[in-house]
Amino acid sequence: MKKLGVFICHCGVNIAGTVDVKSAAGKMGEVEDVAHSADYIYMCSEPGQQIIREAIREKELEGVVVACCSPSMHENTFRKAVKSEGMNPYLCEIANIREQCSWVHQKEKEKATEKAEEIILATLEKVRENEKLEAISVSINRSVLVIGGGIAGMTAALDLAVGGYEVTLIEREQALGGHMTQLSKTFPDLHPALPDLLAKAREIEGHPGIDLHCYSEMEDVKGYVGNFELTIRKKATHVDWEKCNGCGLCIRDCPVDYVSQFERGLGVRKAIDLLYSHSVPNKPVIHRSHCRYFIDGSCRKCEEVCPEKAIRFKQKDERIGKKVGAIVVATGFDLYPGERLGEYGYGEIPDVIDGLALERMLSVDGPTKGKIIRPSDGKVPKEMVFIQCVASRDPDRYMPYCSRICCMYTAKQAKIYKEQVPDGQPYIFYMDIRSDGKGYEEFLQKTIEEKGLLYLRGRVSRVFQDDGKVRVLGVDTLTGKMVEVAADMVVLATAVVPSDGVKDLAAKLRATVDRHGFLTEAHIKLYPVESSTKGIYLAGCGQSPKDISDTVSQASATASKIQALLSTDKLLQDPLIAFVDENICSGCGICVEICPYEAREMDSRRGISVVHSALCQGCGACIAACPNFACELRNSSSIQTLRMMDTFMT
Amino acid sequence: MDYLYFPGCTLYTKAKNLDQTARDCSHLLGFELKEISNWTCCGATFPLATDNIMALLPPSRILARARQEGAILTTLCAICFNVIKRTNRLIQNDGEKREKINNFIEMNYQGDLRVLHYLEILKQEIGFSKIKERVKKPLAGLKAGAYYGCMLLRPFDEMGFDDKERPTLFEEFLEAMGAEPVDFPYKIECCGSFQSVGSPEVATECSYKILGSAIKNGAEVVVSTCPMCTFNIDHKQSDIKEKYLGFKPIPVLYFTQLLGMAMGLDYQTLGFGQNFVDPLPLLKEKGFI
Repeated sequence: MKKLGVFICHCGVNIAGTVDVKSAAGKMGEVEDVAHSADYIYMCSEPGQQIIREAIREKELEGVVVACCSPSMHENTFRKAVKSEGMNPYLCEIANIREQCSWVHQKEKEKATEKAEEIILATLEKVRENEKLEAISVSINRSVLVIGGGIAGMTAALDLAVGGYEVTLIEREQALGGHMTQLSKTFPDLHPALPDLLAKAREIEGHPGIDLHCYSEMEDVKGYVGNFELTIRKKATHVDWEKCNGCGLCIRDCPVDYVSQFERGLGVRKAIDLLYSHSVPNKPVIHRSHCRYFIDGSCRKCEEVCPEKAIRFKQKDERIGKKVGAIVVATGFDLYPGERLGEYGYGEIPDVIDGLALERMLSVDGPTKGKIIRPSDGKVPKEMVFIQCVASRDPDRYMPYCSRICCMYTAKQAKIYKEQVPDGQPYIFYMDIRSDGKGYEEFLQKTIEEKGLLYLRGRVSRVFQDDGKVRVLGVDTLTGKMVEVAADMVVLATAVVPSDGVKDLAAKLRATVDRHGFLTEAHIKLYPVESSTKGIYLAGCGQSPKDISDTVSQASATASKIQALLSTDKLLQDPLIAFVDENICSGCGICVEICPYEAREMDSRRGISVVHSALCQGCGACIAACPNFACELRNSSSIQTLRMMDTFMT
Repeated sequence: MDYLYFPGCTLYTKAKNLDQTARDCSHLLGFELKEISNWTCCGATFPLATDNIMALLPPSRILARARQEGAILTTLCAICFNVIKRTNRLIQNDGEKREKINNFIEMNYQGDLRVLHYLEILKQEIGFSKIKERVKKPLAGLKAGAYYGCMLLRPFDEMGFDDKERPTLFEEFLEAMGAEPVDFPYKIECCGSFQSVGSPEVATECSYKILGSAIKNGAEVVVSTCPMCTFNIDHKQSDIKEKYLGFKPIPVLYFTQLLGMAMGLDYQTLGFGQNFVDPLPLLKEKGFI
């Protein structure tokens, strides 16, 4: 018979105000194998822990029940305390008599005391059968995969590589940079976006610690924190990038022009082309759906003209395997599809564009070489309407959240417009202005005052074409008047949404997304860069809308967290997991199918099912599913559970 | 097949021509409008406050009584349609409100009527292709602006009549009669509605914009489904003319008047006398009468 100890916490009045702790402690002391029973005002305080430690030492206890708050609060505290006295920490259990008793039964004190005693007795039953367990040690691979080559992924990859870790960076487009490559100047300092970005991209391209795979996607992920096994699909570029010298002759001679997504429909690109000029890597890709060779075999111009003989029409997708210890998901954003915004006429009226399209216009390497002109007739717009919160902050119809970047970039765009067209009038429809970053409010106020921007607080109800103008119907809620603007051009600050395909990727990674498709963090305040799956980390707009400053800060935070994780070569894991009684298991395989963590596997040689201890999370699904009762959970065996139930029933 | 018909108050007075032509047209198309017995005013506004049960009682009573006589209820007036359709949907989906309403009206109605606008009957039940067959005098060359107003379309989730921003159902109907539909951006804007009582200048302004937009886009006639809208955009034209010099009046017709004419009804039975802007010169010029 084990010698057990019971320690009942008052938690100030939280427990003692409802439960008669003295009488409970007295009753527990009468239980046959309880060698020590005590109560104290705060068991978790140092003197409280001292009581436990002394009792273990003096009474040579072999098991401890602490009756207090939820185990998620202090289980660790008390297990550490018993460990310091040489007791196996898994012989210490928590009886939750606060959240599950005193707090919910404040008006029925006698019954609460009775219930608290039952909870403690049941927990004693558990401790009687508890085994001594050791944490499972798992060796880890100290390299990292970063998914997404925008500013978030680039920052995280570079930080990790500079820290000495091997990094694999994959990007589904043909070049690095993400949406930031489309931007002209960035707020609040109005620095051009591209030069700094390209400098960083070149550093990544040349870094010996970074294995860069552009035009590549994640195909499959297996494994767990510290030991992920990946399959990466390198899409066929049809150009041998090793041989290509970036001369650009193939692009010059390609006869196919098609509407460029990168230019937001304002420009064209060739069937063989760079993503943008001076892109990193500076190598072209043949886009099969537009290339005449792939459509009907009628053209081989690029092949004929290439001095390095680098064109590979027959190239196939290639799959490569990788092993890493941690993964950063930096998949970025898209803008809400404007075509679904009927009232704003996007897609129907050529002079209604979105914020990214205007960024392309403002870029010196963009389709208009930096000039703001109407897409319909090339004229300079004299009346320009900016509409903020398009599809953002509209829980009834679109997205309920704030996209966080629009207030600032709209002010920036209006400022640049006013500088370019001094006799033009910008009108900005807004709900309220959110300028909470460093220097943002100052930038905004200065811009409004100096540039004479006309801010109208209200929403727009309709945008339509009339007499060659874009008519905007809205309301100014400060004057209470309807407003009608005959504009030359309208710019929509459309909502930031997660980029295409994030849900599929999250499913592969066993990470979770929220109802809008943004990746969810483990804890919004305390673990903001960790996903809910161990070893998967988040950075950038894939987690939530944010501007460049915030994205870079978050990416660096992510990189630091991973460096801490990978600073040792072993990981310790909770041993409270499933195990199999080999004599009973019939090898039916039901547990393999039911396991949500892929932790169960058939051992074909022995004909039984085994538990992969590093993967098992101790959820108990296999235990419930096993028809032969061959699976058990460590320290939560069927016998323990039944005896605990008995305590409550009798 | 017969359809239950809720006329609503204006159809017996100001919009008698809408009521009469709709009945005559349905006769020609092989169905009858069976007027429900013992009907009242629909209340004319769907309540904006969610606890305003009182305003839901008149339409609920209409629905409950209609259910005792059939399964599909149709109306012509866009406002009645809006109030009745939304009330029906509420009774269907909100059990708590349903119980409350039934307690008040001392009836048991579960929201299981289908409420269709007359245009929806024409499209879904009869089919525009059949109308095309029945047209005897196609309205060839008539440039007609289909004016939806707001009540047929909004709120979209509840009305589900057609796309709330770019509806086309009305235009398809005009095409079936051989007319040339004219698209104009103000076709879904509000006419000012009841403002014509309290702030008539607001309704005048709204109507001017709608008509101006239709005229600018080439319409020779504006076609309406709603007595309220018609009052504003037709009768208000005298005020518009006073305020905006140079405004040329444009006839406003009910869709059923055009349908009757196209199907060969004698124009003298189409109630053109009730239209404020006389459409006869235009119709004569086009050779329809």
